[in-house]
Amino acid sequence: MLARLLKFGTVLAALGLAGFFVLTDPAVLSALKGSSLPVATGAPDLDNGKTMFHAGGCSSCHATEKQDDKTRLGGGHALHSPFGTFYVPNISPHPRDGIGTWTGEQFLRAMREGVSPEGRHYYPSFPYTSYQRMNARDVGDLFAYLKSLPPVEGRIRDHDLPFPFDIRRSLGGWKLLFADGQVFRPDPAKNVEWNRGAYLVEGPGHCAECHSPRNLLGAIAAGKRFSGGPSPDGKGYVPNITPHDTGLKSWTKKDFAYLLESGFTPDYDSVGGSMTPVVGNTAKLSAEDRNAMAEYLSTLPAIEGRKKAK
Amino acid sequence: MKRVFLVAAVLTLGVTAGVAQGDPIAARKAMMKGVGGAMGPMAAMMKGERPFDLATVKAGLETMNKSSKEIGALFPATSKTGGETTADEKIWSDAAGFTAALKKFDGDTTAALASIKDEASFKTEFGKVAANCGSCHNTYRIKK
Repeated sequence: MLARLLKFGTVLAALGLAGFFVLTDPAVLSALKGSSLPVATGAPDLDNGKTMFHAGGCSSCHATEKQDDKTRLGGGHALHSPFGTFYVPNISPHPRDGIGTWTGEQFLRAMREGVSPEGRHYYPSFPYTSYQRMNARDVGDLFAYLKSLPPVEGRIRDHDLPFPFDIRRSLGGWKLLFADGQVFRPDPAKNVEWNRGAYLVEGPGHCAECHSPRNLLGAIAAGKRFSGGPSPDGKGYVPNITPHDTGLKSWTKKDFAYLLESGFTPDYDSVGGSMTPVVGNTAKLSAEDRNAMAEYLSTLPAIEGRKKAK
Repeated sequence: MKRVFLVAAVLTLGVTAGVAQGDPIAARKAMMKGVGGAMGPMAAMMKGERPFDLATVKAGLETMNKSSKEIGALFPATSKTGGETTADEKIWSDAAGFTAALKKFDGDTTAALASIKDEASFKTEFGKVAANCGSCHNTYRIKK
């Protein structure tokens, strides 16, 4: 009896392991979700690429440490998190140390599916959970813009993650649960401005990645999007930006647009911490794009967040 | 062991009493609120939402200048935490940099007080003053 049970258990475990390996394979995942998009054709628009670069906040994480030039993307920044420390890679067009030899397909897959050219999963500290909403045209233009920037030498060290977070393959399971691979679909009931704003906020802008609480597996807690949460780096609290009493209920569209332009809140407090570089990027967008983001943000559903300390 | 506790308790009490007397966290928050309050009308003038008024600008710049000189003293090492502070520990670990940032705010507001004489000079000079808010908060303040 025991022997039979043991045999049964072994078979089950083997099947489970096999299933795990099949399901967590980046190629299987991509086919399963139908998340792949064909690469955009035609000449890339560098201006649009630059807009995506600023909307995406690429330089906030990828700019080379300890220098002011935001177009030198040598990486190296340490992102501390509850799962360990991530070291941001070099995404300058350096052929050996950066993304200089990447193809458009490889870049699109990295951005939208979180898979490296070698077929390995990226950790969601790289916010592909948001970038997956981007369309192939914008990603292609961004790629062309990145390739126009100066190559920076220097390969960045591996992440420093404790077991079991160092098993990249397990990210396949995480993606199965938390990345749907769907590109942004405009809401036909809303106007063009709102849809542009929704695209920028939910896609390249990846605002929800910091402004939401996360569950035990490190994914954005369902139904709590934009309601604020502990800062991923453990320093302070990222505010609730929904129009709830515990959030930004009194803010108008104009207030959001002005914050994205100047960094000033309606009572002329100036935002600090990692929101400062974000404003540095959104200040470089067009007023129309900032207004669109403001339109969308001012219509978010009100969700209760952390009670304000008096 | 008991004695250590007692000494610690007395020390804590002493510190708490001292803070309660001055409460540097509440005081510096109020001072920053004052700077924000001074910023409001000036930003509205920059945006063209409010007519330019030299007296309001001068008064606002005076408030900022005074704060730039006084606020540094409101960050004693005993006030790193508590009172929902959003002060970054770099204020203390990089004290020289923090002092330099305040000195720059002092210098920029002093210069603006001297150079702003009309709406045109206000529009060209005020940006340098406003830039101090973000540059200092970027380094010395955590997210809020």
